Amino acid sequence: MDKMPKWADIILIPLISLLLAALLSALVILAIGESPWKALQVMVSGSVMSTYGWGYTLYYTTNFIFTGLAVSVAFHARMFNIGGEGQAMMGGLGVALVCIFIPWPHWSLALIGATLAAAAFGAAWAAVPAFLQANRGSHIVITTIMFNFIAAALLNYLLVNQLKPVGAMDPATGRFPEATHLPSFQDMFSTADNPLFRGAPVNITFFIALIACVAVWALIWKTRLGYQIRAYGFSEAAAKYAGIGPTKIIVLSMMISGGLAGMMAINNVMGEAERLVLNSVEGAGFIGIAVALMGRNHPVGVLLAAVLFGFLYQGGAELGLATSIPRELIVVIQALVIMFTGALDNMVRWPLERIFLSIRRSSANGTPAE
Amino acid sequence: MDLMTLLQLLDSSVRLATPLLLACLAGLFSERAGIFDIGLEGKMLVAAFVSAGVAYVSGNVWVGLLAGIGASLVLSGIHGLASISFRGNQLISGVAINFLAAGLTVVVAQSWFGEGGRTPQLAGAARFDPITLPGAEAMRDVPVIGPIYYELISGHTILVYVALLLVPLTAWLLFSTRFGLRLRAVGENPAALDTAGVSVVRMRFAAVAICGVLCGIAGAYLSTALQAGFVKDMTAGRGYIALAALIFAKWRPWYALMACMLFGFLQALSLRPDLLETALHFKIQVQLLDALPYILTVVILAGFVGKAIPPRAGGEPYVKER
Repeated sequence: MDKMPKWADIILIPLISLLLAALLSALVILAIGESPWKALQVMVSGSVMSTYGWGYTLYYTTNFIFTGLAVSVAFHARMFNIGGEGQAMMGGLGVALVCIFIPWPHWSLALIGATLAAAAFGAAWAAVPAFLQANRGSHIVITTIMFNFIAAALLNYLLVNQLKPVGAMDPATGRFPEATHLPSFQDMFSTADNPLFRGAPVNITFFIALIACVAVWALIWKTRLGYQIRAYGFSEAAAKYAGIGPTKIIVLSMMISGGLAGMMAINNVMGEAERLVLNSVEGAGFIGIAVALMGRNHPVGVLLAAVLFGFLYQGGAELGLATSIPRELIVVIQALVIMFTGALDNMVRWPLERIFLSIRRSSANGTPAE
Repeated sequence: MDLMTLLQLLDSSVRLATPLLLACLAGLFSERAGIFDIGLEGKMLVAAFVSAGVAYVSGNVWVGLLAGIGASLVLSGIHGLASISFRGNQLISGVAINFLAAGLTVVVAQSWFGEGGRTPQLAGAARFDPITLPGAEAMRDVPVIGPIYYELISGHTILVYVALLLVPLTAWLLFSTRFGLRLRAVGENPAALDTAGVSVVRMRFAAVAICGVLCGIAGAYLSTALQAGFVKDMTAGRGYIALAALIFAKWRPWYALMACMLFGFLQALSLRPDLLETALHFKIQVQLLDALPYILTVVILAGFVGKAIPPRAGGEPYVKER
């Protein structure tokens, strides 16, 4: 017998965790002598009250959908992929190479090429830790952390020594050719007398992220591989007994995960910056952990959580501009969300389970047995 | 490379290895007791900020050190609560602690000092000063031994010597005392310890607390001894390098010392790429030196150079009865 109804598990617990995180964040704001209510107003007005604000919110959302899906696919196989950051960095490298060295006739072809390259680079970067976990028993968390640092060093080397245009000072590639420019929401939805999303970086990649949500849903719940991934995640011993090879599942799920994290690069590198800079990922790989935990590893949940974090990020940037609260407050909120929805899950769950059990027991006692 | 340059290089290796060593021993206590801790970074960062902030306000570095240890212990408490009491995922808890530290230090630093997420420069009694060991001045002119004693062994802050002394102390505590036996047992087979009537929860909390104290010293060292004040993200991945060193050392104290010295040496080298170039007659990329600790750890983890086997019950919450 389940201790709790399903809706409580997937809606009530995340909601309570989120409220706790928000409450503590409000206390932090109070403690540094600012008004939480005013901070919330600034965040809301800066992120969802104009198409410009939405343009940034959805831009961040796109990043977080990719990294959140990446973490959740790995979670289904009970792998904790903490290397989204490095995988997204390598995805960016793939995008940059494809955009700079292939003369694309049209952006749509460039988008396909760049997507494939981003996914391939990200997947390759995840494949090594996955292989080591599967065959050599090295812990995936440690190796993916190490690979984040190795990716950063590698990218630093390539940008400073190989990809930087001659004479340029900052470690970044040159601008991508004009033909690889992705249509932004401004290009797509603005009319001459009604400009929308002016200057905001959100672009066509947002729709690719939505497609990725559907694809991950189909993969996990509608395909044989997805079934195997979930079976392996539930019980390694049972999966082995059913003839599901652990190596295959670990490597494939991690490569899909890495590929998704890498695909983030078509949004931030190709869509926004249109060149590869050193710190292009800006922690989005780590936010994927919070997004996946909050979204309970389901694409719909990931989408909603990604919108929430997109709002937090854009709102946080506005906070940094309009108030004396530094934008690092967002990192605190992110930490609290990870803490409450991830590590302290039982703190919310156990009391709730007790409440639901007592309700059920009292209603069972109240009605006489037939 | 002459003796003087070599000594300077080694001297700076020791300085850079100290925070790694402290954090590595911190992780050793925690992981030997079966609690994975990727939050070393965050605890160091918080301790670095609090100790610099309090040392600046109070003008006394020892007060700062104590405050830093206290702050680190608070985060340890949260980690213990999440991973021991509520049987949460230890890795996720560690990740959350790192972000909490990265965010809070900047937010609070901005609100206290208003200098863009840093503390003011520390000076005088608000910093740890180098100690000249007895006889160092007198021996300075003795050939070979003199410079080694004066440059390399003498002239560090007290925390460096504390860190070095902690290595034999840890080895003794872990392998020669009842407490150490129980600590190792709780990381290998908590059920056995429980059967013997020892509280698993209490042992694990003790280990996590020791971890907090050591991370606190490591953080305080960064901001009050190695540098003069706190700057945003000043741990710069040292917590992760310490974690790498811990694996490299296969969870043993003396090997931890060696691994940290090696990684400290690599860090010192990457600060002086010119030395390596003149010594080897070809250019080594700085980025390669930066990445080398991580690459070495992956190689070790992959089992190509002896196998690193973590404590068996690591990462698993202990459930008394099913």
